[in-house]
Amino acid sequence: MTTVEHAVGATGASGRVGLNRQSITGLVFGLLGIALLAGVAPAISGNSRRFNFEPPPDPAGIGFHPPTWVVAIGVLFLLTAVLGFAPPEARRWASPARLLSALAVIPLLLVLSLALSDNPSTNIVNLFNESLVLATPLALGATTGLWCERSGIINIGIEGTMLAGAGIGYMTYATIGDAQSTGWLWFSILISVLAGGLVAALLAVLSIRFGVNQIVGGVVINLFALGLTGFLRSEVIVKTGITTGVGTSEFGLPLLSEIPVIGDQLFRGKPIYWMMYLVVIGTWLVMFRTPWGLRVRSCGENPHAAETLGVNVVRIRYQSVILGGLIAGLAGAWFSMESQTRFEDNMTNAAGFIALAALIFGKWTPWGAFGGALLFGFSRALGTRLQFLGVEVSGFEIPSEFLQALPFIVTLVVVAGAVGRSIPPAAAGQPFQRSK
Amino acid sequence: MNGARNANAGVGRAASQIHRVLTEAWRLQPLYVSLYAILLSFVVGGVLISIIGVNPFTAYWALLRGMVGGGDEIAGSVARSVPFIGSALALAFAFRAGLFNIGAEGQLLAGGITAAYVGALSWMSDLPGFVAIPLILIAGTMGGAIWGGIPGVLRTKTGAHEVISTIMLNSLVLFGVRWMVNSRDPVVLRDTESTVPRTDPISDTAVLPELVDSQPVLHVGLFALVGICFVVAFVLKRTTFGFEVGTVGLNPHASHYAGINVNRVIVASMAASGAFAGLAAASEISGTNGFFQPGTFFLMGFDGIAIALLARTNPVAIIAAALLWGSMLSGAPLMQQEADVSIDVVRIIQAMVLLFVAADAIVRYLFRVRELDQSPFKATSIEGAV
Repeated sequence: MTTVEHAVGATGASGRVGLNRQSITGLVFGLLGIALLAGVAPAISGNSRRFNFEPPPDPAGIGFHPPTWVVAIGVLFLLTAVLGFAPPEARRWASPARLLSALAVIPLLLVLSLALSDNPSTNIVNLFNESLVLATPLALGATTGLWCERSGIINIGIEGTMLAGAGIGYMTYATIGDAQSTGWLWFSILISVLAGGLVAALLAVLSIRFGVNQIVGGVVINLFALGLTGFLRSEVIVKTGITTGVGTSEFGLPLLSEIPVIGDQLFRGKPIYWMMYLVVIGTWLVMFRTPWGLRVRSCGENPHAAETLGVNVVRIRYQSVILGGLIAGLAGAWFSMESQTRFEDNMTNAAGFIALAALIFGKWTPWGAFGGALLFGFSRALGTRLQFLGVEVSGFEIPSEFLQALPFIVTLVVVAGAVGRSIPPAAAGQPFQRSK
Repeated sequence: MNGARNANAGVGRAASQIHRVLTEAWRLQPLYVSLYAILLSFVVGGVLISIIGVNPFTAYWALLRGMVGGGDEIAGSVARSVPFIGSALALAFAFRAGLFNIGAEGQLLAGGITAAYVGALSWMSDLPGFVAIPLILIAGTMGGAIWGGIPGVLRTKTGAHEVISTIMLNSLVLFGVRWMVNSRDPVVLRDTESTVPRTDPISDTAVLPELVDSQPVLHVGLFALVGICFVVAFVLKRTTFGFEVGTVGLNPHASHYAGINVNRVIVASMAASGAFAGLAAASEISGTNGFFQPGTFFLMGFDGIAIALLARTNPVAIIAAALLWGSMLSGAPLMQQEADVSIDVVRIIQAMVLLFVAADAIVRYLFRVRELDQSPFKATSIEGAV
């Protein structure tokens, strides 16, 4: 990799002809801004639309005039573009402007989709809540990846770890608790978590003890989990005759769920959803605020330097990978015992890979990864909502696949470094051998 | 005293000589790890089968008969293996260049949808078979090559690692083809008369001739993919480009200083890699299915990793490894039918094969296999790629 960059260095620099990343971003926003002002704003319907904050009947909300909003966001984009080319002394405003513009894409999408729909209003608090709920397994999976990669182990087996957690947990629930009893439900979620840890331990042994290529190790996990859960489903779960059961139930957070209008929608949720926040906050605290977290990060950046300072790199890597696996197991439990109460083959359906994308999008930081997961969750929720609203552009429905694919394109752009380059931990993927 | 020692040394020398001659002659040494890995995986699978109360020998006997129990079974097994040759070749070629192409999954989809699109074009039915068939195969190959080339370009131009970019591209193409195949409004490529989402059937002229009417059909695509394996073996061994690919795979730094255009080799290897996957997909579309369905290629790209490693990235050995892989999948239903063992056992065994081939230290330790001085697995330098 280094060579390639080395070799590219020369061609890359001359190829850019003085255009740095800021100017490219500025250019993109400039073009978008012009398109919004000149193309989109005059074209969309001027009828007033409404964002509701609660379900009908008689919901609270705000009405708005779509073209005005489009013009406002277009002007913001143009400003960002101008600041991108501004003299250096004005540059300090460029960065916050870029961030603001990037965030403005979300209201823009909402305004546009409602303007293009026949429905005059939609509940956006509920949409936001759906995004958060759908982000649960992605945020957990991204946190798994964070723990592994920050300690220097690339984990593309998140998908398989989740699947194993989902399958083994539900199998336990179906066989012991008949998928009905709450006590056994919690026990089964614990089993899910432990199963995730166990699968991750396999990855850890392969990549740390045997020095197996970590990508191959991840593929082993994915294939193995798919086979194992399929086997368990047909040999155990199907034979119990239980197809569905009682999953985790919603509860409201005390006080917060009492807030009028939004409280009941935003602060009611199921337990694994709430645990997701604890895991993200806990990860951030432990990884960035404790000595052990510092050691984990040092193992991912420069294991040999860490070893020189007396850090037991091998042990730290085992601990982080297994910790990550436990988190992925919890994400698995979300699939088979919270989102739905059953198990299907390949139930996670590439969520592990999406989580990986969220991690990369978030530049290997806990909050970034959470943001990435939220973005992916939002695009999925919005995709469903658009179909529900029947949004049409010149007679064609917008396929939900487009919106679902959008975050992957954004991640690809981020990895390629066109906008805010994402760089992995330096030692991720490198096998470590103790100095003799 | 002296004589005895001499004799001893003589015997020792003779023994080592014989051992050397034997291994040289049969060249079995590189196969040991793979063979033992397969054996070990079946043992693990057998344990699993006995846990659910079935005699593993009964199950394996049924599996074996499902794989090679008769003419139809053999033909079916070979037919099932054909696309795996392509997907494994995609991985192996990239490995040789020090690249990890886990995007074969997506390249298969890209190649498949292109082939299905070209095959269903209205003017295809006017063309004679000897034009239409190469056309559909080339279309699929090109589709795969372009989708495989993108991560190569991204890596050389921006430094984005191919493992990450191919994961993104896999998802992108999956959403893309799903939309094309599912969408009714607008109709993109969906066959509107079909109840399941799939593309229009390809023109009759573009269908690869059938060899044996087995399940699945064994078609001429077999020769195309086996042929490509030998071509790749020749290219890697005897041509300048092949030498460059191997050198870049071993040490990109040294290659750069030796005057090899590393970037060009990387892009070309990724595109070639994607082309093999695309060809495999096109041959499936043209010979087996006659239309495109996204589910057809599920896991085929990831299986390619296992097959390529089992064959130690040797293009000719891939044929054998892919045959094993495909025939196990093809034989599994009989095992389920006769011994009442879930076909997923085969999946578990296959994952175990990959595990033991990758973690060859386990196998070497258990079976006391010496490490080769020049292990081809090491030479692929996939360790250094990431």
